[in-house]
Amino acid sequence: MRNPLSETIVNIKPSGIRKFFDIVSEMKDAISLGVGEPDFDTPWHIRDEGIYSLEKGKTFYTSNSGLLELRQEISNYLMRRIHTSYDPKKQCIITVGGSEGIDIALRAMLDPGDEVLIPQPSYVSYEPCTILAGGKPVIINLKAENEFRLTPEEILDACTEKTKVLVLPFPNNPTGAIMEREDLEKIAKVIEEKDLFVISDEIYSELSYKDQHVSIVEMPGMKERTILINGFSKAYAMTGWRLGYACGPEEIISQMTKIHQFCIMCAPTTSQYAAIEALKNGDDDVAKMRDAYNQRRRFLMNAFKEMGLECFEPYGAFYVFPCIKEFGMTSDEFATRLLKEEKVAVVPGTAFGDCGEGFLRISYAYSIDNLKVALSRISNFIERLRSEK
Amino acid sequence: MREEILRVIEKNSRIETKELAVRLGLTEAEVVEEMQAMENEGIICGYHTMINWENTTDEKVTALIEVKVTPQRGEGFDHMAERIYNYPEVQSVYLISGGFDILITIEGKTLREVSQFVSDKLSTFESIVSTATHFILKKYKDHGTIMTKKHEDERQIITP
Repeated sequence: MRNPLSETIVNIKPSGIRKFFDIVSEMKDAISLGVGEPDFDTPWHIRDEGIYSLEKGKTFYTSNSGLLELRQEISNYLMRRIHTSYDPKKQCIITVGGSEGIDIALRAMLDPGDEVLIPQPSYVSYEPCTILAGGKPVIINLKAENEFRLTPEEILDACTEKTKVLVLPFPNNPTGAIMEREDLEKIAKVIEEKDLFVISDEIYSELSYKDQHVSIVEMPGMKERTILINGFSKAYAMTGWRLGYACGPEEIISQMTKIHQFCIMCAPTTSQYAAIEALKNGDDDVAKMRDAYNQRRRFLMNAFKEMGLECFEPYGAFYVFPCIKEFGMTSDEFATRLLKEEKVAVVPGTAFGDCGEGFLRISYAYSIDNLKVALSRISNFIERLRSEK
Repeated sequence: MREEILRVIEKNSRIETKELAVRLGLTEAEVVEEMQAMENEGIICGYHTMINWENTTDEKVTALIEVKVTPQRGEGFDHMAERIYNYPEVQSVYLISGGFDILITIEGKTLREVSQFVSDKLSTFESIVSTATHFILKKYKDHGTIMTKKHEDERQIITP
C-alpha cells in the first residue's frame, strides 16, 4: 500500500503543551496552572439565551457569514470599544472560534512561498496554519528586555521581498505582553512602508489591565490592511461554544467567506444567539471577570517578588511568564521536575517558540485558593533548587 | 477603592488585610484605614460566617413570616418594626412593598418554638392585622453562594 499521508502534515510537529497534562491527569493531588481557558462558567443570562433559542426551535443553519443581527452587534461593539466602524454586511464573518479566523485569513491571503512574520513566544497555531496555507513562516524572536513587545526594527530585520503578512498576537499568550498606543504607532509606519498585511489576533482584548485595549486598526491606514480576529471564548468565558469573528476589508473577508462556506458552512446557531445576548448585555460580566483576573495577577506578581523570581509585569491575557534562567535548567527540565517533585504543572516557555527558553507560562485562570497552594509548592521548589547550588 | 474592598470582603471577610492590599494594588495601611472608616460610618456592620446548618447535627428551623400591620399615627411602621426586631430569635426584619408590610426571618429549634413565637408574641400586638408563616424546607442559595453543590474543575485537556 502507498503511504496514505501528506508529507506536509506529517512534518508538522504536535503542540508541546500536551505532554505535561497527560502526566497531570494521572497524578493524584497534582495542581495544574497550565490551562488556557477561563475558570468561570458562561454568565447565566447568556446560557439562558442559548437554551431559549433551542426551545424556540432555532436549530437551522444560519447564513454563511453568520446571523446578521450578531454581525450588527459586533459592529456596534467594535465601535464602542475600539472606535472603528465595520460594515456588518460586508466586512464581518462569524467563525468557529478565533482559531478558524486565523486559518482562513492565512489561506485567503497566501500564495506558495509568501512569507508570514510570526512574533514568538506566541500561540502555537500560527506557524502550522501558515505552512498548511502554503506560506513560509518567518519567526521574530521577541525579547524579554522589551517586555516581549514587537518593535519596528524587529519587523524590518525580518522582512524580505516575499514578506506579505504580519501576525500580531497581542495581548499575548503566553507572555501576557500588550502593545500600547505608542508601540502600535511605531510599527504601523513600518507596516505601511513595507506594504504588509496584518492578522491581528485580539482574542484577549478584554483582558487588558493597564488602560483599555488599543487595536492596530485604530492607527491611520491600518484598517485597510488588517484582518481583526476576536471571539467570545476569553472575554465571556464561552470557550465551549466555539465562536469567534473576523473583520476586515471586504476584498479579503469575501474570500475568507468562500473558504468558510466550503469547509464549515456556518458557525453553530445556538452559540450565535447566545453571543448576541453577550454583546448586548454582557459588559458588566466582562468587567467582573477582568477584576477577578487582575486581582490574581497582582497576587501572583507579589508572590514572585517575595520569592525573588524574576518576572516582568504583564498587563494582558491571564498568563504570567517568569524567568527561570537563574537555575541553570531548561524550561522543560524545570517544568518536569516541578511536576514530579511538587506536583505543580506549568507549561515550559519553549512550547510557544524557541525563544521561550528560560521561561514558564503560568496561567491564572484559577481561583486564588488554588493559586495559593500552587505558589507555596513553587516556593518550596525554588528554595530547594537554590540550596542545591 | 471602597467599592473594591467591599466586593472582596462581602464574599470573604476572613481575608487578611495584607492579601487584600496586594490583590487591589493598594498599601496595607490604606486598606486598614479605609476599613476602619467604613466601620465607623456604619457601612461595614459586621463580619459574619456563612453556615449551612443542614450539614451539622444541630436542629434548626427557619421561617419567613409575612406580617400585615396597621401603621401607627406619627410613627409609621418603624415603631412596630422595632418591637419585632428586639426579639433575639428574629434574624431579620424588612419593610416591603406589595401585599403585606413586614417580612421577618426567624430561627428556632423546633416548629413548635417558631409557632409559639407567632401565636404568643407576634399576633398579640394590636396593630398586627395578620401573619402568614412559611417554613424553609431547603436552602439552595444564600448570600450569593450556592449551597447545594460544589463547583468542580471540569476543564479538559486540550491543545494548543
